Amino acid sequence: MSASHDDHHHGPAKGLTRWLYTTNHKDIGSLYLWFSFAMFLLGGTFAMVIRAELFQPGLQLVEPNFFNQMTTMHGLVMVFGAVMPAFVGLANWLIPMMIGAPDMALPRMNNWSFWILPFAFAMLSSTLFMDAGAPNFGWTFYAPLSTTYAPSTVTFFIFAIHIMGASSIMGSINIIATVLNMRAPGMTLMKMPLFVWTWLITAYLLIAVMPVLAGVVTMMLFDIHFGTSFFNAAGGGDPVLFQHVFWFFGHPEVYIMILPAFGIVSAIIPTFARKRLFGYDSMVYATASIAFLSFIVWAHHMFTVGMPIAGELFFMYATMLIAVPTGVKVFNWVATMFRGSMTFETPMLFAIAFVVLFTMGGFTGLMLAITPADFQYHDTYFVVAHFHYVLVPGAIFSIMAATYYWLPKWTGHMYDERLGKLHFWLSFIGVNVLFFPQHFLGLAGMPRRIPDYALQFADFNWISSIGGFLFGASQLILLVVVIKCVKGGKKATPQVWEGAQGLEWTLDSPAPYHTFATPPDPKLIHAQ
Amino acid sequence: MLPKAKLWLSLIGAATILFSTQIQAAWELNMPRGVTQISRDTYDLHMQILWWCVAIGVVVFGAMLWSIINHRKSKGAVAATFHESTKVEIIWTIIPFVILILMAIPATRVLTEAYDSSESEIDIQVTGYQWRWEYRYLRKDSDEEEVSFYSILSTPRDQINNQLPKDETYLLDVDNPLVIPINTKVRFLVTSNDVIHAWWVPDFAVKRDAIPGFINEIWTIVEEPGIYRGQCAELCGIEHGFMPVVVHAVEQEEYDAWYAAKQDEARVAREMANNVVTMSESLEAGEQVYNTTCIGCHQPNGTGLPPAFPALAGSSVVNGDLEANINLLINGVPGTAMAAFGRQLTPVQLAAVVTYIRNSFGNATGDLVQPAAVNTLIQAAQ
Repeated sequence: MSASHDDHHHGPAKGLTRWLYTTNHKDIGSLYLWFSFAMFLLGGTFAMVIRAELFQPGLQLVEPNFFNQMTTMHGLVMVFGAVMPAFVGLANWLIPMMIGAPDMALPRMNNWSFWILPFAFAMLSSTLFMDAGAPNFGWTFYAPLSTTYAPSTVTFFIFAIHIMGASSIMGSINIIATVLNMRAPGMTLMKMPLFVWTWLITAYLLIAVMPVLAGVVTMMLFDIHFGTSFFNAAGGGDPVLFQHVFWFFGHPEVYIMILPAFGIVSAIIPTFARKRLFGYDSMVYATASIAFLSFIVWAHHMFTVGMPIAGELFFMYATMLIAVPTGVKVFNWVATMFRGSMTFETPMLFAIAFVVLFTMGGFTGLMLAITPADFQYHDTYFVVAHFHYVLVPGAIFSIMAATYYWLPKWTGHMYDERLGKLHFWLSFIGVNVLFFPQHFLGLAGMPRRIPDYALQFADFNWISSIGGFLFGASQLILLVVVIKCVKGGKKATPQVWEGAQGLEWTLDSPAPYHTFATPPDPKLIHAQ
Repeated sequence: MLPKAKLWLSLIGAATILFSTQIQAAWELNMPRGVTQISRDTYDLHMQILWWCVAIGVVVFGAMLWSIINHRKSKGAVAATFHESTKVEIIWTIIPFVILILMAIPATRVLTEAYDSSESEIDIQVTGYQWRWEYRYLRKDSDEEEVSFYSILSTPRDQINNQLPKDETYLLDVDNPLVIPINTKVRFLVTSNDVIHAWWVPDFAVKRDAIPGFINEIWTIVEEPGIYRGQCAELCGIEHGFMPVVVHAVEQEEYDAWYAAKQDEARVAREMANNVVTMSESLEAGEQVYNTTCIGCHQPNGTGLPPAFPALAGSSVVNGDLEANINLLINGVPGTAMAAFGRQLTPVQLAAVVTYIRNSFGNATGDLVQPAAVNTLIQAAQ
């Protein structure tokens, strides 16, 4: 509406340079999202190799060394290449439109933070073609397997991690600067959509922990090349120090990948329930509590390293506490749906599946917090099932929900609802067939990261692999839906969804290249 | 049409979850109850938290399902306008908190018990290597013959490569299992020689990381005789999936007899280092050592996985100076995956495997190495 006159004033450049030189938040958002999808397919391909090798007992397709490279690359590419950039892409597209800002606060840095990413991943992936092979020490790269005993390509890995970290830090600075400085008049902090809130908190988490990751890989670099002994007991160092530093980054990292998902789901459920989000304030406080707690629970990843009992107890209690704010969120979503007027378009289906399956991941998380029980669960497929439930039907379903939800706003066309629903149902069935049996495998004693297994694990591995292939193949439908929607389709209205609230829905569909060059009318800003 | 289908799917889903607990008992999908007090306590904790989760799940997902069925626009539902309630929010903050406290109490009790490794009757040092376990029974008296041995996967490579049918204990069998007496407090001192491993026996609820340079303690009292199997639980390189843990828990008398036999074996091995071996004996024994110790990196036909794991076929080291070759095996190559085998293998085994690699894979030096010669080099290295 208000911004359409900006259209002719300054459009995008033509050709490749539009994307190379762009400082436009929408272009950069699209770049991030396409890049993330490409990495999702790449990381997914690695996962398919893993599931294919595990289809039957015995070694069939790949050598154990290559198998380890696949598990490592799958984790790294999915975490740093698929999930994180997807959320940054969504933040780029949505935060300025949601808070009534014309663009991100630091547009040139925005360009740079995206364009260093393809180089980082090209470098990381290129190790697959080197003689020494890709990193094979797991995405958690515990020393000394990743230092003294690592393939020589570990140095490329370290450099790639540095670049990814720099990109994330710049992205976070940009988001914080944008949210704190560029909100339209009337957009007070407690009126911000939850997606903006969760991203603001996420950005602080990123700034706090990415330097720690950079630190730990630098310590590795020094151990490998400059004769230090941070993680080498023979030189007076401590391998467990690596784990403490890594998980001080790693645990907040887990929340970095889930907090923006909370924001997305908190936007979608009210829209399709046609009812205001229940407990907005408590959602904000719960997000902040989870972020705080994420800094004091890291050693629950390390219950078996032999910490003193006081440490074990502290980390058990702190970890259990996370269930409280997380519970508040889930209850709020259910209360939002309760006595609503619901319809079930694709974004809502993904959002509901998110709530159910993420909560199941939360339950297993609570089980894992119980230290003595964790001694049995630790490093088994139970853990694999747990974090995949949180990350795939958790984080990734939320990204898909967001894609379907805002796609009409981005492209100006409605997507193919039948294909969208097909994509949802195949993904939903696939993901459960893939990961649910892994709970049983873990409880029955199958360790993670093994290329071959004892015969009693054969049945569930076979089922899990079938689910994996189904889930993997289904993701190509998403690609078809998005391409079809970009090319054409039913014209989308500005409002798009009957129950949608927020500034982005006051703009035309597709959103003009430049929006909110003049601030929106404060009367358009409602409490969430 | 479609809503109905969804309803059915949800019902089927709910039924599956309900029945799966029934199936678990029959199909051994659940955590084992195990054969120690700690393992049973752990199992009970696991079931307790699981049932709390199921109960919470039924309430939360039930409320959600009920809303999905009843509060849909197609049924003419009109949205309510409420969007907060301090009272409700306080209630659903406090209830989970109380449940957590109820869980934390027994968890703390079990953990405290599991951490009390005092007053053990037998102490065994468990050392992880890429990719085998070493068990060393700590002596009460330094005059005793020491019992210490390696425990290596004994599943034949041909089964792993699908050329032979797989045994029932596929990947869970070792050449020398750990033997402990039942009803005795056994303390394990867990450490590692290279990367981090984790020693795990599910039936004992014992899992502890083996960390180079550090020693972790853990203990068990096994109540039933039997063979208990587990695996390395921490990614430790290529053969991580191929280093099982097998423990025989036996009656005290059987344990004593076994221990005495092991002491005799150690005495004989010490003496055998002076024996003279023939070429054919050496090649046969060397092949055995190669297939359990070297094959993971250097591969069945000696081609290795260059550059990290060099080929032995045609290698300048294997075809070069004999003494240098033996020393390399004894001392390893620092900074690489090549471990120092001087202590891991006996002089007899070292001599045999050097003879074997220098006369196999197309290498034809014709060298026959005697254990005594290796022994001399080991003494020199120390």
